[in-house]
Amino acid sequence: MSEKHEIIPVWFFVGVLFSIYGALIFVSGLLEWSHPPNTVLANLHAPVWWGALLLVLGAVYCTAFRPGRYKA
Amino acid sequence: MTAILAMLQTERLVKLAPVDLAIVIIYFALVLLIGFYLKRFAKTGEDFFMAGREMTAWVAGLAFVSANLGSLELLGWAGSAYQYGILAAHWYWIGAIPAMLFLGLVMMPFYYISKTHSVPGYLQLRYGTGASGLSAITFAIMTVLMSGVNMYAMAVVMKVVLGWDLNFSIFVSSVTVAIYVAAGGLFSAIFNEVLQFFLIWFGALLVPILGLIETGGWKGMVARIQQNFPGQDFTHMWSNMGHFQDNPMGMHWTGIVFGLGMVQAMGYWTTDFLVVQRVLSAKDIRSAKLAPVLGSFFKMAVPLIVILPGLLGLAVLPMHLVPASQAQAGQFTYNEVLPLMLARYCGPGLLGLGITALVAGFMAGMAGNVSAFATVWTYDLYRPFIRKDAPDSHYVSMGRWCTLIGVFISIGTAYLVMGFASIMDYVQALFGFFIAPLFGTVLLGMMWKRVTKAAGFWGLLAGTVSSVTMFLLMHGKLPMFGRSSEQWVSLFALSPQAQGLAQDMYQSLWSCVTCVVVTLLVTLVTKPRPDSELVGLVYSLTEKAKEEKVGLLRRPIFWGMAALVILVVLQIIFW
Repeated sequence: MSEKHEIIPVWFFVGVLFSIYGALIFVSGLLEWSHPPNTVLANLHAPVWWGALLLVLGAVYCTAFRPGRYKA
Repeated sequence: MTAILAMLQTERLVKLAPVDLAIVIIYFALVLLIGFYLKRFAKTGEDFFMAGREMTAWVAGLAFVSANLGSLELLGWAGSAYQYGILAAHWYWIGAIPAMLFLGLVMMPFYYISKTHSVPGYLQLRYGTGASGLSAITFAIMTVLMSGVNMYAMAVVMKVVLGWDLNFSIFVSSVTVAIYVAAGGLFSAIFNEVLQFFLIWFGALLVPILGLIETGGWKGMVARIQQNFPGQDFTHMWSNMGHFQDNPMGMHWTGIVFGLGMVQAMGYWTTDFLVVQRVLSAKDIRSAKLAPVLGSFFKMAVPLIVILPGLLGLAVLPMHLVPASQAQAGQFTYNEVLPLMLARYCGPGLLGLGITALVAGFMAGMAGNVSAFATVWTYDLYRPFIRKDAPDSHYVSMGRWCTLIGVFISIGTAYLVMGFASIMDYVQALFGFFIAPLFGTVLLGMMWKRVTKAAGFWGLLAGTVSSVTMFLLMHGKLPMFGRSSEQWVSLFALSPQAQGLAQDMYQSLWSCVTCVVVTLLVTLVTKPRPDSELVGLVYSLTEKAKEEKVGLLRRPIFWGMAALVILVVLQIIFW
C-alpha cells in the first residue's frame, strides 16, 4: 500500500480473516452433515461449500499478499 | 462461552451457536489488532487525516464504497425493497453511478490539485470562511446524526433478531470503532473498510443465491410476488413511473431523474466529505480519478445483496412485514427483512458470518462518519476559528480526541432518535437539508469564476433553510399558513400520493434550485474575486492535470464509459 511506509497489505488481513472463517464454517458444516439445522434448503449443505470457498480464497490472498512480498 | 450467550440472548428470532459467537468475536479482535498495528504509521496530520495520501485506486475505491455501505444502508434499503420493490434500486444505479463517475472524471481533479483536506476546505479556498464554516458546521451535525441513527438501527435489529441488549450492542460496537479509528486514523478506517467490504459481500451473498434456488430463479420469484401481492407491480423500474399512483412509492420519473439523479446523488457522491475523503487519500491524480470509477462497478452490484433479498422476502416470507410506526407485538418491520432472510437460510457458522456482516456494515458506516467528523472539526472549525498556529502534533492529538468525542456524541444521538417513530424517513431528509444545497454551491464555484464569496454563503444558507422549511411544512411541524400537510406535499412533491422518499427527492431538488437562484442573484450584485486568486479552483482557470501516459485499459475515462454502458443495459433489462 505504501511507498513511504512498509505496511502489511490490507489484502493479507482479508486472507487471514477468510481463512479462519472458512475453516470454522467448513468444519461446522461437516459436523452438522447428518443432522442439518432447521433452515430452508439445509439439504444443500451450504456451510460446507461456502466454507470451502472462503478457505480457498483466504489461502490465495494470504499467499499472494504475505508480508514482505508486495506493497498493495 | 455458554454463559456469555445466555447473558446476551433473551427473547429472539434466532439462536447463535458457539461457532457464530466465535466468528463475531474474532472479527472484533482483528479490527482492534489492525487499529493498534497501524497506530505507528499515523504520526503526522497528513497520515492521520489523509492516510498519507498513498492509497492505490483499488483500496481508495473499495473504501469509498464501503464507507457508504453502513448498517442503515444494508437494512434500510433491503426494507425499502420489500416496501417499494425494485424501485429502491434506483438509489444504487441512476442515484449513484453517474454521480460517482462525475466525481472521478470531472470534480476530483479540482479537489486533488487544490490539495485540500476536505470539502469545507475547498469552500474555504473558493469562498472564504463564511461558506466554509457554515458547511463544516452542518456537516459535523449531519455526521453525528447519521452515525447515531446508523448505530440505533443496528442495535434494534440485534435486539429483535438475537435478543441482544440494546445498550450492550451500542456500547461494544461503538467503543471498538472509537479505539481503532483513534489509534490509526484514516489509515485504520480505510483498512477496516476494505476488510468490511469483503465481509459484507461474503456474509450476505448466500441469501440471494439460496433465495433464487428456492423460488426457481427470477421468473419464479416474480410469479410468487404476484401471487402474494396481486395487482401490485414490484419488479419494474421505469414502466410504472408515468403517474404517481402507478407505483408503490408514489414517485414520478421526474423525481428520480432530477431530484435523485441530478441533485441528491450528485450532492451526496461529490460533496459529502464522508465518501470524498476516501478518494482524497489516493496516491496520485490518476488513482484519485480511477477510485470512484472502480467503486461504481461495485456499487452497481450491491443490489444483489440488498435489493434482491428484499424482493425475495416479498416472495417467500410467510408473514407480511409492516412499517416500524405500525408494528404490533409479534410483528416484524420492513427493516428486519434482511435478518429474517438470513435466519431463513443460514444455520450455525453461516448465521454468524451474516450477523458479522451486519456488524461490519455498521462499523464501516460509523468509522466513515467519525473519521470525517474528526477531520472537519480539526481542520475546518478548530484550526481556523479556535487555534490557528499550533504544531502538527497538536492537530493529530486533537483528531484523536475528536474521534472519541464524536463517537460519544453519536451514542447520545442514538438514544435521541429512539424517540422518533420513523427513523428511515429522516435519513434521506437529512441529506436533503445539508447535501443538496451544498452541491449547488460547490458546482457553481468550480464551473463559474464570477461567483462571489457572499453569493456562496447566502446561496448555501438559503438552500439549507428552504430545505428544512419544506420538510417541516410537509410533515406538519410548522404553522400551516391555511394549508394542510397533504396540500404542502401536493405543492412541493407535485402529488398527494408522493410517499416519504418521493417527498425527499423533490425537497432536495427545490432546495438545490433555491441555492442556485440565490447564488446567481447575489453574484450579480457583488464584486467578483480577481482571476489570480482562483487559479486551480475554477474550471476555466485551471490547467488540465498532467497524468502519466498509460494504455487504454488503465485510463479512468475508458472504465467510466464501460460503467455507463452497463448502467444503461441494466435499466433496459429491468425497465
